[in-house]
Amino acid sequence: MNILYFLIGCSVFLALIFLFAFFWAMKNGQNDDTYTPGVRILFDDDIPKEAEK
Amino acid sequence: MDTLDTQKQAEKLKQCYHCGNDCPDQDYHYDEKDFCCIGCQSVYTILSENQLCNYYSYNNTPGTTQDVISSHYDYLDEPKIAASLLDYSDENISIITLYIPSIHCSSCLWLLEHLYKINPSIVNSRIDFLKKQVVISFKHKEFSLRELVKMLGAIGYEPLISLQDVVKEQNKVSDRDIIKKIAVAGFCFGNVMLLSFPEYFGMAAFEQQFKTFFGWLNLIFAIPVVFYSGRDYFISAWKNLTNKVLNLDFPLALGIAVMFIRSFYEILSGSGAGFVDTLCGLVFFLLIGKWVQQRTYHHLSFERDYRSYFPVAVTLISEAGEKPIPMDELQVGDRILIRNNEIIPADTILMKGDAVIDFSFVTGESAPIQKVLGEVVYAGGRQINEAIELEVIKPVSQSYLTSLWNNEIFDEKRKKIDTFSDTVSKYFSVVLLAIAFGSAAFWMFDDSAKAWQAFTAVLIIACPCALALSSPFTLSAVLSIFDKNKFYLKNTAVVEQMAKINTLVFDKTGTITAPEGFRISFEGDLSYEEQCMISSLARNSGHPLSRELVKWMKINEYFTVSEYKEIPGKGIEGIVNRKMVRIGSASFINIKSEKKDSGTVYIQISERYTGYFSFRQGWRKGLKELFSHLGSKLNMHLLSGDQDTEREYLLPAFPWESQMHFSQSPQNKLDYIKALQKKNDKVMMLGDGLNDAGALKQSDLGIAVTDNINNFSPGCDAILDGASFEKLPQFIQQAKDAVKVIHISFSISLVYNVVGLFFAVQGLLSPLFAAILMPLSTVTIISFTSIATHVFARKNKLI
Repeated sequence: MNILYFLIGCSVFLALIFLFAFFWAMKNGQNDDTYTPGVRILFDDDIPKEAEK
Repeated sequence: MDTLDTQKQAEKLKQCYHCGNDCPDQDYHYDEKDFCCIGCQSVYTILSENQLCNYYSYNNTPGTTQDVISSHYDYLDEPKIAASLLDYSDENISIITLYIPSIHCSSCLWLLEHLYKINPSIVNSRIDFLKKQVVISFKHKEFSLRELVKMLGAIGYEPLISLQDVVKEQNKVSDRDIIKKIAVAGFCFGNVMLLSFPEYFGMAAFEQQFKTFFGWLNLIFAIPVVFYSGRDYFISAWKNLTNKVLNLDFPLALGIAVMFIRSFYEILSGSGAGFVDTLCGLVFFLLIGKWVQQRTYHHLSFERDYRSYFPVAVTLISEAGEKPIPMDELQVGDRILIRNNEIIPADTILMKGDAVIDFSFVTGESAPIQKVLGEVVYAGGRQINEAIELEVIKPVSQSYLTSLWNNEIFDEKRKKIDTFSDTVSKYFSVVLLAIAFGSAAFWMFDDSAKAWQAFTAVLIIACPCALALSSPFTLSAVLSIFDKNKFYLKNTAVVEQMAKINTLVFDKTGTITAPEGFRISFEGDLSYEEQCMISSLARNSGHPLSRELVKWMKINEYFTVSEYKEIPGKGIEGIVNRKMVRIGSASFINIKSEKKDSGTVYIQISERYTGYFSFRQGWRKGLKELFSHLGSKLNMHLLSGDQDTEREYLLPAFPWESQMHFSQSPQNKLDYIKALQKKNDKVMMLGDGLNDAGALKQSDLGIAVTDNINNFSPGCDAILDGASFEKLPQFIQQAKDAVKVIHISFSISLVYNVVGLFFAVQGLLSPLFAAILMPLSTVTIISFTSIATHVFARKNKLI
């Protein structure tokens, strides 16, 4: 059963990684604008020239 | 003789391809598309030349109607002014964040992020849609800031540049801090819960070795929760204690502290599992409640003052010529140039030119005022005639207008809103402490260990988590319901304030009048031919009254107009059907008029005065019903800056004649509200312009009514979109219902507390019991408040 010490250590360590990943995302401003990127992704990359005429 | 049918119009009105408005005629036709005005057409031309017509494929008619761009952006070439606006600048690249109010759909987003196609000097542009901001980096050597702003204006996205960039400022204060705290609390809560389960389910003898290990881990997790996430509760409780106030943060902080100490002691001594689980959950839920309450509107500001109304720069006339300078460098004695449609930034003396100044935003009086040379012109007016020269006699910060804001009454600690939870928490804390000490004293004689247990158990179980969550969840639900109905509140406390209102004060112009839909009438005699001539002339002008007139006359036959001339602030003239037609103000026509208001337009055909049109603003939809509905429950007052020409028109809808006052200056309005408050009335003021700013601030609840929420609105507690004006009674009812919901949910959470206390005073509180009771009560409260609020909203027809 001593393996539990190791496993719990692992799980806490993993959880910590996610926590810091979240902090990093916050600091990076990834949660500042939660609306625009969702719209932006729907635009076509380039306009076909024929469509203009 | 010209025939009438030379330009006969198709009866069916076409929609503008750019903005979707009805096209008055087909003059604006380009690329097989119809446009309502030259502005829309020119935007289309620019876009099609740059292969940006995808703009029109994402949405139908994504554009906004083009107003004539009147602003002069010469000041942006001044390095000093430009530097204060730029976020970043090096040798090649400059970055600027611009606030563009007209951003409203995905087409806007697409276009503004493809600006580089119009001008390759724009390196990159990125939109924040909700904040209506665009960050543009550009090569300033090839493309100056002024050219950039002009280009944005040309495609219909004129940025708003003002002295007090409030929207930008408020967005800096982000909620990152509280989210971090929630993340930490949530992380610890999850882990602690996992580690506490073995204890709750019971452990076999051979597993006992883990008990201390889990306990210690729990303690480690509790440390960041208490000292980082929960820190604000201790600070706030301490601050309030030193100010001799007992608010809800005190029992919360006490509960957190006691839980931590008792858990620490139990785990250290091995006598129990502690309450770390409950502790982490408590802090986690509390912070969520706090976060929900901190609702911010990215695109609105409630703190605007004169600085956001004034332009950034003003044109200074010196011996060296005209030069734009920043507003705060304006000094007494400076000579400034104010062009048509510009705002006068300081108290000045008229030195040169013909000044016709519209003070409607400052005084509420809609008739423009003519000034003579040497007369004092107060700040805040808008020149509606040709350019004038003025000499500054008072600095910007001391003008009559700005003094309205700096009025000393506002420096006093003003309208502390007494929320229900503040009131309750005073008694709650006292009762709680009494029970805690009482039970400790009771057990003290019998069993001192039990005394300690009972004492801490009371403080833990009575920790008013559910109580603390009732208000934020109810009120934020109300806020989001109001939000959907275009009624934006500054914060949650405003809802409770609104429920207490018993007196309503309305401003007239702009508040209860509709922005469009004039009631037009004509006095005089006109033949049909003459009517056609007037309509033909008027449709050449972009002036709102001309547009309204054309719409009202509904004439589909036109003459050609030659020698058309428009004199700003006066009128228009031109030769129609070989006759000189002049439409405009009395002074323009050269006649004496008895009427003083600006809503009168005189007609002269071939030097002959033929009559006048009078324009009276219509009331908002459902105004009469609104007045009669609200009047049955609340005291109604009406204050107007205008003269009383409208009195007779208002009386049928507003029968409280003694409570209707005209010719009120901003100071009068403020004093009127003060007088009402002296009688212990709770006053809600609805206004729109700067002239109401003082009254809005003084009132218990100031609501700014606006027809375009991106426009300037004075500092207030709430912003109401004119379209939702008729829902006012529903909003008030909803606020009252919300307070009812809070009362009920307070009672529910008190029941939970009493049940918990029943066990706690006997010293029988087990960690498992606490760990179940706390989240259970929390979930009950959250679901009850949101369901009840929505049920009431449905009843009030708000959703």
